Amino acid sequence: MGISIERANKEAIERMQKSQPTLVGLDIAGNVVPGMKKKMILHAGPPITWDRMCGPLKGAVIGGLIYEGLAKNEEEAIELASSGEIEFSPWHHHNGVGPMAGVATYSMPVFIVENTTYGNKAYCTMNEGLGKVLRYGAYDDEVITRLKWMEEELYPVLRDTLKLSGPINLKNLIAQALQMGDECHNRNKAGTSLFIREIAPYLVETDYPEEVKSRVLKFINGNDHFFLNLSMPAGKATTQAAEWIEGSTIVTTMARNGTDFGIRVSGLPEEWFVGPALMVKGLLFPGFTDDDANPDIGDSTITETAGYGGFAMASAPAIVQFVGGTPKDAMNFTLKMYEITAAENDTYKIPYLNFRGTPTGIDIRKVIEKGILPQINTGIAHKKPGIGQVGAGLVNPPENIFEDALRAFVEKYVK
Amino acid sequence: MITISKINETLFGKKLKVINIGLESFAEDLRKQGVKVIEVDWRPPAKGKKELLDLLDKLEALK
Repeated sequence: MGISIERANKEAIERMQKSQPTLVGLDIAGNVVPGMKKKMILHAGPPITWDRMCGPLKGAVIGGLIYEGLAKNEEEAIELASSGEIEFSPWHHHNGVGPMAGVATYSMPVFIVENTTYGNKAYCTMNEGLGKVLRYGAYDDEVITRLKWMEEELYPVLRDTLKLSGPINLKNLIAQALQMGDECHNRNKAGTSLFIREIAPYLVETDYPEEVKSRVLKFINGNDHFFLNLSMPAGKATTQAAEWIEGSTIVTTMARNGTDFGIRVSGLPEEWFVGPALMVKGLLFPGFTDDDANPDIGDSTITETAGYGGFAMASAPAIVQFVGGTPKDAMNFTLKMYEITAAENDTYKIPYLNFRGTPTGIDIRKVIEKGILPQINTGIAHKKPGIGQVGAGLVNPPENIFEDALRAFVEKYVK
Repeated sequence: MITISKINETLFGKKLKVINIGLESFAEDLRKQGVKVIEVDWRPPAKGKKELLDLLDKLEALK
């Protein structure tokens, strides 16, 4: 029997729909992330060399090397990063995802998210908060001190809490959050609140001193984006299940490193289709101008790939105060995404659309035929390392990557 | 010059409401004359690029 795109896509969608991304624990990256090495830095987006990295990614690499103890200061870190001794590798090659610069090193704690339907696992670091943080390329003492606290206090407390609570079904939390005004990419207020509800009763039962428990709960409560680093690996665990299906035109990865935007397609295993990361149009924090902004960056587009994020903006009208536009625009973005996707999600529903399922499973054929690009909402990093976030807004992938993927697909499958 | 309002009066006898499926400039011209217009969000398949249309056609055989 020959290839049938419809049959292959049906299988890819079915696997995404049946996925059950579940938080099963936390561990140190070096212990659990496949292929992780002491002198390796994981980053967001498609593969990139040090010399082509944008400012925020370089900044995060510098911070990562200092955090890991491989460099004492900025100068040493730059020398080491450019020496060829450090291996740079995309998170997506290691079953994981990283927001913004997405930098992760050997000693960093990671969430372990298991797709309990298919057994595949995805990984992601914990969210540090907004503003001056490593994922936006900041690396001063304040940033490193926070990361160390996350490793030494936040990580063991959450790890041991999870042992008491048992696995937490993230699909369930995302579905609820979408009905509470989140879209689970740039708005994670509900998701973070729901996560606290899940863990708090067990966290207080751990043996840690009261002041430690208090610091951990206050840290999570003080960061509306804490849940992003769970919604992302949940998306990764979901799209992984649909990867590398012979004949499928469904997109399983969209990711940016601040220089390039890359996609991967189910029926074209491991191949990246890459084009320039574009500038994000949105709202800048006071004191910053368009000239300060870096092009689009981060693996958080895994949310759109999995059927939420920008694709579920109709669920999150309040997000326009963060990314720009009007609630009507948010509604229209979602409606437009039905044009380029293969299915409506059977779990993620949008109340304002009479509980219609979110648009799920980008089909490269539809993107080309309709001339409509996936709609992404995202944070904006300062283009210089060390400064951090300067705003948030809306962006699309470059058109050429879908055209190139279509060309490669035809070349592979049409004899 | 014959205006839209003149055409309305003589041809339809009531206020005209227009759905534009053509170029955006058609709608703009009508709006300038006070006519209510809504536009269909439409573009030619594959933005009219022949190479891409040919590729999509080739995949039809694999459907």
